[in-house]
Amino acid sequence: METLLYIALFAPLVSSMFSALFTTTPKKTFVGVIASLLIFTSFVSSSLLLALIVVNGSAPVHVEMMTWMATGDLYIPFGFIVDEVSVTMMMVVTLVSTIVHIYSIGYMDHDKGFNRFFAWLSAFVFSMMVLVMSDNYAGLFIGWEGVGLCSWGLIGFWFHKESATWAANEAFIMNRIADLGMLIGIFLVYWNTGTLQYEGAFEAFQTLDTATLTWIGIFLFIGAMGKSAQFPLHTWLADAMEGPTPVSALIHAATMVTAGVYLVIRSNELYSLIPNVGLFIASLGAFVALFAASMALVNRDMKRIIAYSTLSQLGYMFAAAGLGAYWVALFHLMAHAFFKALLFLGAGNVMHAMHDELDPFKMGGLKKVMKWTWIMMTIASLALAGIFPFAGFFSKDTILEAAFAEHHFVIYGVLLFTAGLTAFYSFRLVALIFHGEERYKIFGIHPHEAYRFMLVAMSPLLILAMIAGVLQEPFFHMIEEILSAHEYHIHSHTTLWIMLVGTQVFVALAILYAYKKYANAFIKVPDGTSAIENSFAYKLLYNQYYIPYFYEEYLVKPYKEISDMFWNKVDMKIVDASVDGIAGIIYGTGEKTRAMQSGNLSTMLKWMVVGLVVLLSLAVVFGLAARYSDSITVILSGLGVM
Amino acid sequence: MEIGLNHYLVLSTILFAIGLVGVMKRKNLLLLFFATEILLNSVNIAFAAISHYYGDLTGQMFAFFVIAIAASEVAVGLGLLIVWYKRHGNIDLETMTSMRG
Repeated sequence: METLLYIALFAPLVSSMFSALFTTTPKKTFVGVIASLLIFTSFVSSSLLLALIVVNGSAPVHVEMMTWMATGDLYIPFGFIVDEVSVTMMMVVTLVSTIVHIYSIGYMDHDKGFNRFFAWLSAFVFSMMVLVMSDNYAGLFIGWEGVGLCSWGLIGFWFHKESATWAANEAFIMNRIADLGMLIGIFLVYWNTGTLQYEGAFEAFQTLDTATLTWIGIFLFIGAMGKSAQFPLHTWLADAMEGPTPVSALIHAATMVTAGVYLVIRSNELYSLIPNVGLFIASLGAFVALFAASMALVNRDMKRIIAYSTLSQLGYMFAAAGLGAYWVALFHLMAHAFFKALLFLGAGNVMHAMHDELDPFKMGGLKKVMKWTWIMMTIASLALAGIFPFAGFFSKDTILEAAFAEHHFVIYGVLLFTAGLTAFYSFRLVALIFHGEERYKIFGIHPHEAYRFMLVAMSPLLILAMIAGVLQEPFFHMIEEILSAHEYHIHSHTTLWIMLVGTQVFVALAILYAYKKYANAFIKVPDGTSAIENSFAYKLLYNQYYIPYFYEEYLVKPYKEISDMFWNKVDMKIVDASVDGIAGIIYGTGEKTRAMQSGNLSTMLKWMVVGLVVLLSLAVVFGLAARYSDSITVILSGLGVM
Repeated sequence: MEIGLNHYLVLSTILFAIGLVGVMKRKNLLLLFFATEILLNSVNIAFAAISHYYGDLTGQMFAFFVIAIAASEVAVGLGLLIVWYKRHGNIDLETMTSMRG
């Protein structure tokens, strides 16, 4: 069992190291193949571990590889745990990673950085595995920073593009801001419980007072907000779409951004003690769900629309986790990973076909040439919209039910409305890309379907997006061993049916409206002249509520000015000036005294005599001072010096 | 008037001063050697006088050492001096500036 754990954990590291050997050499397909195989090995090990966990009931595999830090009372090992929660995450991570690795062999086919791409991607998988498998907050933090680093490297993968490096830095810096909060949270955990092991910390939480727990909960959640791009740290996720599309599918949809949700689920014993913070998380989640969905309504960048939808779905997960429905959040995380990765990989196919064109208004009618991509993206969108019997129906409707059953009707209302928006913008995208007139012909593009093996690689996700719903019951029975899970039952059957059918009808109407509006022959590329494009609401949404603008004007620019000032005034005039001054004095002394070294023996002998006299005089002075020190002290104290 | 320790020490000091002035002022390498000999021997006088005053032979032994070292130093120095003279035709200190920094 331990061997399986280590294989699952370290196969991605080996893969990364191996690929890293070839980073400076031209493209070699076998690098991608071997990386994919190693990640697949990790997936197989994770599956075996899942089987073991299911068979053995609640007996987590817990290993302590080695001691990391042991000083005084502080003891942090490199410990790993595989229980129901982490094995779920491992399955999601390794499955989606395997698919994305295989897919990338085709997607990055013509890229010069092919080998480097696999090095980063596998390094990401390793970091993510550390994050989810660690048995303490310190290990989680290592993984947390590791995925942040790999995300930076992959967003900025095409580093010759100014926008890509900018987006990479933005993501990295925003995450650092949040990580400070997380670090404070971890310090508080250690300060108050004396341990960072989940087991010990959770036990100690039971005896702590609510105020302390609230602070810990808030600070840990700030970390989660950064990683999961919750408001107000959300802007990086949309900009992160500068990275290659497989990266968006793996990191910015399926795995890394859900790390925040994982943190909340993992710390469920903490958050169930502080329901107020939980309510705040749920409210923020509901707000972000609506907020992100509204921005997706008008955006004209295919990948950004999907990114906002990811943001919105993360809001759903937080809403569920905040309300104490941890297993629902985890289930939605899993289902979402499947259909959102599928959606992104489909978008990648479309991008390939359209020569990196991202504006869906310039596409249209692609279903004829890209039949499979069309089917996959439609099903993924149906799953995202929550149509029965696809994955989203089971996970998202359970969140709605949980909100309803917990009597948080405002949150329920917001989430229900967002479900309608989700359906609308998803099918707006599908309609614009695949239906209607073939607008791309104006731009002289000849689209083609992706490689067959890429489509085959995507098929497991397609199947899971369709049937993940049947996993709900087994998942619930597995997870209830560890999470305080209860099934949410609306007491009256009539209410339940009205809700289910009502939601379905609402969502279906939104889909039909999207088709009606965008799948017709009259759609043309917007040129900024139509009435709707000049309306205030459209501009507000299109400019993302002017939040990036606000950050740029009121945070980045003042910060830059302050930095400039500190650079010019403090650094140049004080720090550098004093260091240069000291060096200047020494240089100057050298220049001045150089004349002494005339090489003339006679002069040098004179200087030698001068030195002798000076030393002798000093010896005499100090000798006298030592002899008469008593009386000197008396005189000095009389003068008031000492 | 009895000749005492102080007289020797005064003599030694005067000789040391003469030697020091010589070291500083002489421009001829040979005379510079003379000046250093005066310096060394002024110290020898002081050593011998103080040694006799305390009835301790250590000082006189030091004086012998100084004499021996001074002799060898002069031997080496004169050797170098002769080489220099053969090369340059003079022993003027003003011309020896090859160590200029």
